[in-house]
Amino acid sequence: MASFDVIFIGGGPAGYVGAIRAAQLGMTVAVIEREALGGTCVLWGCIPAKALLESASIAQKVKKAAEFGVNVGETSYDYGVAMKRSRAVSTQNSKGVEFLFKKHKITTIKGTAKLAGKNAVTVKGADGKEEKHDAKKAVVIATGSRVKGLPQAGLELNKTTVLSSDEVLVLEKAPKTMAIVGAGAVGCEFADVFNAFGTQVTLIDVAPNILPLEDTDCSIELTKAFKKRKIDVVVGAKISNVKIGKTSVTMTLDAGGKKTDLEVEQVLVAAGRAPNVEDLGLKENGVQVNERGFIKINEKMETTAKGIYAIGDVAGPPMLAHKGSREGVVLAELLAGQHAHPVNYGNIPNATYCHPEVASIGLTEAQCKEKKLDYKVGRFPFSANGRARTSGETEGFVKIIRDAKYGEILGAHIIGSHATELLHEIAVARENEFTVEEIDLAIHAHPTLSEAVAEACLDSLGRVIHA
Amino acid sequence: MATKVVMEALSPTMEEGRLVKWLKNEGDPVKAGDILAEVETDKAVMELVARGDGVLKKRIGKEGDASPVGTLLAVIGAADENIDSIVSGAAPAAAKPAEAQAAAKPAEAQAAAPAAPQEATQSQGEAAAPTPESPAAVATPPAPRPAAAPQAPLPPARSSGFGSVAAPSAAPSDGRRTRSSPLARRIATERGVELSQVQGSGPGGRIIKKDIETAAAAGVSRGAAGKAPKAAEPRLITREGDYQDIPLTLIRKTIARRLSESIGPVPTFYLTAEWDAERASEMRAQLKELGDEYKISFNDILIKAVANALADHPEVNAWWMGDHIRHFNRVHVAMAVAIPEGLITPVIFDADRKSIGQISAEAKQLAGLARARKLTPEQYTGSTFSVSNLGMFGIEHFTAIINPPEAGILAIGGVEPKAVVIDGQVVVRQRMRVTMSCDHRVIDGATGAKFLLAVKRYFENPLLLVI
Repeated sequence: MASFDVIFIGGGPAGYVGAIRAAQLGMTVAVIEREALGGTCVLWGCIPAKALLESASIAQKVKKAAEFGVNVGETSYDYGVAMKRSRAVSTQNSKGVEFLFKKHKITTIKGTAKLAGKNAVTVKGADGKEEKHDAKKAVVIATGSRVKGLPQAGLELNKTTVLSSDEVLVLEKAPKTMAIVGAGAVGCEFADVFNAFGTQVTLIDVAPNILPLEDTDCSIELTKAFKKRKIDVVVGAKISNVKIGKTSVTMTLDAGGKKTDLEVEQVLVAAGRAPNVEDLGLKENGVQVNERGFIKINEKMETTAKGIYAIGDVAGPPMLAHKGSREGVVLAELLAGQHAHPVNYGNIPNATYCHPEVASIGLTEAQCKEKKLDYKVGRFPFSANGRARTSGETEGFVKIIRDAKYGEILGAHIIGSHATELLHEIAVARENEFTVEEIDLAIHAHPTLSEAVAEACLDSLGRVIHA
Repeated sequence: MATKVVMEALSPTMEEGRLVKWLKNEGDPVKAGDILAEVETDKAVMELVARGDGVLKKRIGKEGDASPVGTLLAVIGAADENIDSIVSGAAPAAAKPAEAQAAAKPAEAQAAAPAAPQEATQSQGEAAAPTPESPAAVATPPAPRPAAAPQAPLPPARSSGFGSVAAPSAAPSDGRRTRSSPLARRIATERGVELSQVQGSGPGGRIIKKDIETAAAAGVSRGAAGKAPKAAEPRLITREGDYQDIPLTLIRKTIARRLSESIGPVPTFYLTAEWDAERASEMRAQLKELGDEYKISFNDILIKAVANALADHPEVNAWWMGDHIRHFNRVHVAMAVAIPEGLITPVIFDADRKSIGQISAEAKQLAGLARARKLTPEQYTGSTFSVSNLGMFGIEHFTAIINPPEAGILAIGGVEPKAVVIDGQVVVRQRMRVTMSCDHRVIDGATGAKFLLAVKRYFENPLLLVI
């Protein structure tokens, strides 16, 4: 039994960042975590996946090394080694969070939490013992989400042939063939990884495009790049007739009026995540969930129960680490009585780390059309960018959508090498309400990929220089 | 009903205050207006007064502690009232922005209130008592006594969303730069919104797009705040050096904003007086006897009287420029001339430096040109004050409409014999009634009254106009 100002349930990017901010602001903080610190992001998502994608990136580069005058001789690819490296990076990051907690005197409580009234939480440890802890100011639910498979399509996860990203992250070797169902960020990233490690990948989505939430131009560009690398992209596809065997899975794909049978060693179900709302005692404590199962919160992240808050994936999409982290920071500041800058849900970057990378912020062109906005589009291809040519990464472009009258940056969509890094110039600009003209006024170093961002802005003004 | 005692914005720039000393103990009975504590602001040590009656139930703020504006410092309630919910609610900041805003209100009211009454008192001391309908009565109706103003019930938060919750800071004080985003500036320019009239809701009170849109919707455009700048442009024929621009003090801004909100774009009030025209009549008669070439009108004498008084009172010889006031060193009096198409106001430039004869000749010529519609724009723009005379139509008394950006217009009724009491005797005298319309953003009640007294002095003693 201990007493804290704030107790966070869940040590993922929402909970652990919120905890650190709360501690910085002088509150006594505890974080309850049943696994290791860092959550899905550090353990089963962002970090290990990006480590594998870096392996994939090197694999791709090595294939082109001779062009650059570097002869590496015979190459071979070992997914097992890449996987172990990714686990090491993941563990290292988790330890990093532990260090940060020590530094900020945050108490970590191992176990599974359950709400016990507005000011208390019970924690069941590995030994089955229950302990009650008080939270004087707030209990914050930051339990995140988990993979859920697609049982409605006959793809029940079985840990051997029908896998989620959790299992794929610890595979010892890459399969010869793999169907990836769901071509969102996770699906596209694993398609990239397994393709680089020699797997014949079929990437399947029911939507008419891969990365269906991104601007269609980026989706089309990525489809081209994937097809060039012999990834089989099947969109607008219905899956039927799924037969799960011991060493293979067969299914029928119905796309574009054509039916094809597919047999693969393994299926990765990269669609569907469910919020972790079970066994928390939500109902008994008056915490309501919405029709999609996420905890209902208001702009102050208050749930329907007084003194209980929710942040991160469990509080609703977009299910992104950085969205959860920001909610954690803002909540901590609100709890400390500060006038926190509210979470700007309209300015959250999206990033997919396949090759080429895809990054975006704001509205897609389709959304601008739907909202009947008066907009102008500026584009700049990396093939016209000096820095991209030097590194031989000329795929992709920068697309800027601006308001026709005032130059407000309505949306930015970048596909290409380092797109996820390039995007933040636009994120800062949008947050501060800079227009395309202010982007241009800032001198961009030459030669850099960032010049393409400035050029796309200029293009939207009809003043592009290098194209 | 308990009353919260919060850290109030005791100065316009105050963001936090230090509680120097409590002057009441818990349990002390207090009445609204009682001094509860001394608070050190960014400028001085000020008094924090009670906003409600009851007993000082609880002191929350500690002596010596600084806290942001809006922080709950104490609770006043009935002796037997339970205030636990208020006291425990002190910690989360949720309610604070609203409180801060509410707290800022009385300070604002305080700023606006002293203006008119104080000056009115002065003028009573200096000169003849103002007529009942003049200065004080037509000035700001609220706040009979400055000290009483803050006790008035606080107006509910404005529904227009001005200074949204995210913006704890007050409007930027005089002399400080208004912070705004590039996009906000662009939209403001396009939509004619005056940035100085907008309260920012961005970080640190920065004006962002949303604020401009809210302001535009609420009508805080240049047009609504006074047509000054737009109307002024074609009339800017005065040279630099002919005027002084007077920056708006905070109190002047507050007066301008509050009065405009109350009454419309030009917050006008009226000062009426009846003057003795006996000597002016005599002068006219004598001059007429000397020959037709010396014939002058009452209007000519009045223009000269007004012009001389304006030279003595540059604060009335002024334009409202939206973000400042312009006092002119030169006196250009416009006179309203009725023409079949409507009305036009030719200008007698430097009227204070011209003789009545010159004014008379010029007025005749201008009126002729006006009726023949031959006036050039230079002849009917650039005035600093206007005079409108309907005496010749048998009008005893009327009010005229201000010609922005000018701050005043004098409406002149006919000269008629009337029974008046002079030295205890009822005698028949030539009398004339005048009404001055004043833009309250520029001219306060007492200022206008003093100016009218000066005109009266000249008009009733026309010899002063010829020396």
